[in-house]
Amino acid sequence: MMAVAAGAGLEVRNLTKHFAIGGGLLGPQAQIIRAVNDISFAVPRGTSLGLVGESGCGKSTVARAVLRLIEPDAGSVVFDGIDVRAASGSALRALRRRMQIVFQDPYSSLNPRRTIRQALEEPLWVHGRGSRKDIAEKAETAMAEVGLPKDAIDRYPHEFSGGQRQRIGIARALVLDPELIVADEPVSALDVSVQAQILNLMEGLRARRGLSFLFVSHDLGVVRHFCDRLCVMYLGRIVEQGVTADVLDRPMHPYTKLLRDSSPVPDPKARLVMTRIVGEVPSPANPPPGCTFHPRCPRASGPCFSELPQLVHRTADRLVACHWPEDWPIPA
Amino acid sequence: MTSASAAALDIRNLRTEFKIGEGWYPAVRDLSLSLAPNETLAIVGESGSGKSVTALSILGLLPRAGARIGAGEVLFDGRDLAKLSEREMSMVRGNAIAMIFQEPMTSLNPTMTVGEQIAEAIVIHRDGSRKAAMAEALRLLKEVKIPSAESRIHDYPHQFSGGMRQRVMIAMALACRPKILLADEPTTALDVTIQAQVLLQLNELKQAYGMSVLFITHNLGVVAQIADRVAVMYAGEVVELADVDTLFARPTHPYTEALLRAMPRADQSSDSLDPIPGSVPALTAMPPGCAYAPRCPYRQVRCEEQRPELAPAKDASHLVRCPVRIAAEVSA
Repeated sequence: MMAVAAGAGLEVRNLTKHFAIGGGLLGPQAQIIRAVNDISFAVPRGTSLGLVGESGCGKSTVARAVLRLIEPDAGSVVFDGIDVRAASGSALRALRRRMQIVFQDPYSSLNPRRTIRQALEEPLWVHGRGSRKDIAEKAETAMAEVGLPKDAIDRYPHEFSGGQRQRIGIARALVLDPELIVADEPVSALDVSVQAQILNLMEGLRARRGLSFLFVSHDLGVVRHFCDRLCVMYLGRIVEQGVTADVLDRPMHPYTKLLRDSSPVPDPKARLVMTRIVGEVPSPANPPPGCTFHPRCPRASGPCFSELPQLVHRTADRLVACHWPEDWPIPA
Repeated sequence: MTSASAAALDIRNLRTEFKIGEGWYPAVRDLSLSLAPNETLAIVGESGSGKSVTALSILGLLPRAGARIGAGEVLFDGRDLAKLSEREMSMVRGNAIAMIFQEPMTSLNPTMTVGEQIAEAIVIHRDGSRKAAMAEALRLLKEVKIPSAESRIHDYPHQFSGGMRQRVMIAMALACRPKILLADEPTTALDVTIQAQVLLQLNELKQAYGMSVLFITHNLGVVAQIADRVAVMYAGEVVELADVDTLFARPTHPYTEALLRAMPRADQSSDSLDPIPGSVPALTAMPPGCAYAPRCPYRQVRCEEQRPELAPAKDASHLVRCPVRIAAEVSA
């Protein structure tokens, strides 16, 4: 784990979340979905950490569990030295102000019958942040900060384009002056040109306000651009963690390598020369024994079939959960 | 460009219009493209560029009210598809021209097993017994590499993963040995490792079946992976047309260049992204001159007055709708 001084940013340890499905009187047999298993990471103040992985890897569950939008089952979440899981009442409210979320689809997270002003002012009322005049002013400042015209504040969500709505989503997260933003696929629904606008906007905010980001994405290009550090998730576990560019340029976990090699880049000379990618992600209700990646792994052998590899330091700045990492010779 | 007689599909001056208020406004303007036999032509563009409307126009799938083909021809097999009746068109669609879409679940019938659905297509377009059709369906499922196809042929669409459903759609599209496969964002909803599998498979099947593929996507990375030639669309027009190597080595239209600069890459670090300022003009408010002029850094006075033609750049097969950049490239 990265050394983080107490009281500086977010620290998550051994976070676990299991869901039970089925099991009603007439329903199918109960199953446990192990969505998030034993996840640890830190987001020091002012930095951004990316969580990447394919659908069902648990990255969004982690994002929500950190904010307790989903209650975690085990593990600790500490923000600036305060235990988020133990907090309740006014302490939790104070924490929620400091940790805000931006969703993928701002349209479904904005009430279509309320104006942008109402959407932006509501959190300020809830948290009792000043007089009527202060609140109105704060909402207008937030509009300007995300690059929207102030006079658009009395319009309704449907009057805005996708990129503008995402700006509104960001403005709503900003009005409370948070310190950490959890962004769950914030640019995935946007066109490339608009995506670049939103990424630049978030980068500017990060620099100006010293914001930290927990950034969930499936797009390695976006993550490479935005995140200092990267956690690669597979079936509810972190399989590799390190400095973003370094992890992508020299992946040590075979899954990271597969993910990188499958990400198309705009260069026909770099066409995928794929060693037959086989198989799909197994169900988290019924993960394979041993290393959960072994059924798809070209390097699997020996202990991979029976023993779950632990996430350990391979270099000073790289954690890998693999019995045969890419920098080792292929097992005989 | 290939001559009309050799082309598998020849679109000439297509103009597709939508009714907004009292007027008809073109969403696709003077689009001419020809698809050579066994070629993959990618149409790339952002939301509202007219790429999907082009596909729907070819297939005669435009909504009956409020949309029309205002001008132009879609020549296939000596006939103009734009002039066929719905009955005649339904004999072409799914037969000589097959299609796959982004969301396989919305194109599959949830109450029929996948085997029955594939067999149905075969029985409708090719005479023969149901039994023979089911045997062919099994062969197709094996061809698209559905694991344990013998048992899965009796499964329903909801029992398949997203990637497997798209394979079922591909199997169904292949059922009548089409000459042309129209693929509209076929991998957009898939995870990258599954996307890579499907792209590789489409390429193999194209060779095996000798098909031409019209591949519509918003993702320049995917274009670089799969295309032989590329048409970049903006505001209903083709703004650049070139073979894939030329397009990525020498992007000449300012919009193509801007798109590439706005895209973060997984394989390279970038300090900053250059978003494209402004937004796509509305159908009802197309600028009189070049549609991209309001957002273009190379804009000159003539750009705002005169609509540019698609003209050859340095070599005759590289067409660009921008006299300013063509002049710069030729003199360079």
